[in-house]
Amino acid sequence: MSDRSDVVMQVNHLHIDYVNPEQVRLHAVEDVSFQLRSGKMLGLVGESGCGKTTLALALMRLLPAAGRIVGGEVIFHGRDLLDLSEREMERVRWQEIAIVFQGAMNALNPVMTVGRQIAEAIRAHNPLFTAEQTRQRVAELFDLVGIAPERADQYPFQFSGGMRQRVMIAMSLACSPSILVADEPTTALDVMIQAQILELLEALRDRLGLAVVLVTHDLGVVAELCDDVLVMYGGVTAEYASVDRLYNHPAHPYTRSLLAAFPNLANLADRLSSIPGYPPRLDDLPPGCRFAPRCPQAFERCWQEQPHLRQVERGHAASCFLVEGA
Amino acid sequence: MTGEVILKVEDLYKRFPAGRPGIWSGTEAFVHAVDGVGFELAKGEVLALAGESGCGKSTLALTLMGLETPTNGRVTFHGEDVTHLNGKALKAYRRRIQMVFQDPYESLNPLMTIEDLVAEPLVVHGIDPDAASRRRRVLTALSDAGLKPPESFMRRYPHELSGGQRQRVVIAGALVLDPDVLLADEPVSMLDVSIRAEILNLLWELCETRGIAVLLITHDLATSAYLADRVAVMYLGRIVEIGSTLDVLEKPAHPYTQALLSVVPVPNPRRRKERVILQGAPPNAIHIPAGCRFHPRCPKVFDRCAEIDPVLQEVAPGHQAACLLNC
Repeated sequence: MSDRSDVVMQVNHLHIDYVNPEQVRLHAVEDVSFQLRSGKMLGLVGESGCGKTTLALALMRLLPAAGRIVGGEVIFHGRDLLDLSEREMERVRWQEIAIVFQGAMNALNPVMTVGRQIAEAIRAHNPLFTAEQTRQRVAELFDLVGIAPERADQYPFQFSGGMRQRVMIAMSLACSPSILVADEPTTALDVMIQAQILELLEALRDRLGLAVVLVTHDLGVVAELCDDVLVMYGGVTAEYASVDRLYNHPAHPYTRSLLAAFPNLANLADRLSSIPGYPPRLDDLPPGCRFAPRCPQAFERCWQEQPHLRQVERGHAASCFLVEGA
Repeated sequence: MTGEVILKVEDLYKRFPAGRPGIWSGTEAFVHAVDGVGFELAKGEVLALAGESGCGKSTLALTLMGLETPTNGRVTFHGEDVTHLNGKALKAYRRRIQMVFQDPYESLNPLMTIEDLVAEPLVVHGIDPDAASRRRRVLTALSDAGLKPPESFMRRYPHELSGGQRQRVVIAGALVLDPDVLLADEPVSMLDVSIRAEILNLLWELCETRGIAVLLITHDLATSAYLADRVAVMYLGRIVEIGSTLDVLEKPAHPYTQALLSVVPVPNPRRRKERVILQGAPPNAIHIPAGCRFHPRCPKVFDRCAEIDPVLQEVAPGHQAACLLNC
């Protein structure tokens, strides 16, 4: 993670709040930093409600109305995306950074052929394209994601879940972005279909040199595919490391608990353990470390202050008092 | 398999008519959802039924519950034929065999309290009409399902509970009738990884302490590995491999099982392995391929596969597979 030459996006100390109807500010993401490299995949891991999706949407400035980016910077091609006007941001969205939304299979318009839906995305960003050019681009995209071109005239209901997911990926690639954010792209898909979609993402990353952010709660998928991993807990970075470091030398107790809760076919003898309790609610954060109430190793200090991110070694950081600062 | 056999399924078929026959077409089309399935389930045993969507696992479960009538075959429960029960006898049978559904967010009525939800099966089956003893039964079921202290959950509504707690309520609703068999249809697939283990361990405890037999329906072989004593792999309506969990996972004999196992993600980047990714989805169950039903997708296909439909044959004691390579 030290090579700076291929860094396409650098996120520094990002803070995101949600404002509830009583005007109370809830801190959904606090002080998260990471970098995206071209041709590499970053896994964004955590339980439901830990801020993964909020963070992913913030990269495109697509937060829901109550969401506010209150601090930090998102450096892309030397510019801070947070300083751009809405007009300028529109040019970045889809052209540079595209997203495959969660539950994408149900995000397609049921009364429009899939070809037209992709053409719509192409046209919106390339108003000068002729009908023929658009048709060609749709065929190219279908080829890229492995759908027969004649299926462009079919409706979403004629596609299986996995094929609909391919359509969504084709749509996200319509304007040849350099960054692709995939929010839980395989949840609700069968194992074999999941393997097909992951293989496709891997191939696209390598062929197009995409920087991919894979949002998921599946540690197995991350281990198979990702280069770097960011583990989030309650809106903060629990641990950030290369995939090899994270799985073989996890430093944060949360990462260790998550790994122990994950079924591993290669190690059937181990009994599966669960993490007692629940992730914190944003409106009811514990005073100290957010993981303290569920942490098997919590001690006094953990209940009083939130540990800052400490370096375990070069390119590996965890926010836990047990980590000796390097 | 040592214990007494509770549920026995023999050569079960379930076909659904697929559209009305045309005036000229002559033959009628059918979806062969369950196409000749047989297995036994013993007291306190966990049998996992694994396979991709559309392989007929859920139809099989519904048929066992008496929610679908089988086209052919026989189901015996404690030695009694329950294949074509109806009326009171069917209701009495259903009390002994209960289902845990996949999605705890949708299977609980949001307008009912936890107490009413768990007590409803008792009302339906007319058990314990006395309010005080019914309440006691509900409290016991909640505490058996790991919701402690049970009193604190009685007046709450589903929206106040987390996903894991809701799934426990669903399990309590099944336990309150004191069943012999639980049919668990993907009981953890909607839950966060951190709480899956809790629910799996709970099911395991129920088998150990109460001798409940569990038929675990899942597409996730890793999940079944932790819970199941035996695994049956289904493809297009038929069991293609069955055996003890260790045998099936360590020495899979059918190419389909081998492919399914190869795509289970391993949470260790140093163990990235060769994945056998089958392309496409299983063929449609109306036109089942001739010969071996898996041959069009099989990476090890050879000439005879298109002609001979292999039956389950023993590859090791208690381990059977339906593949010509093992003959």
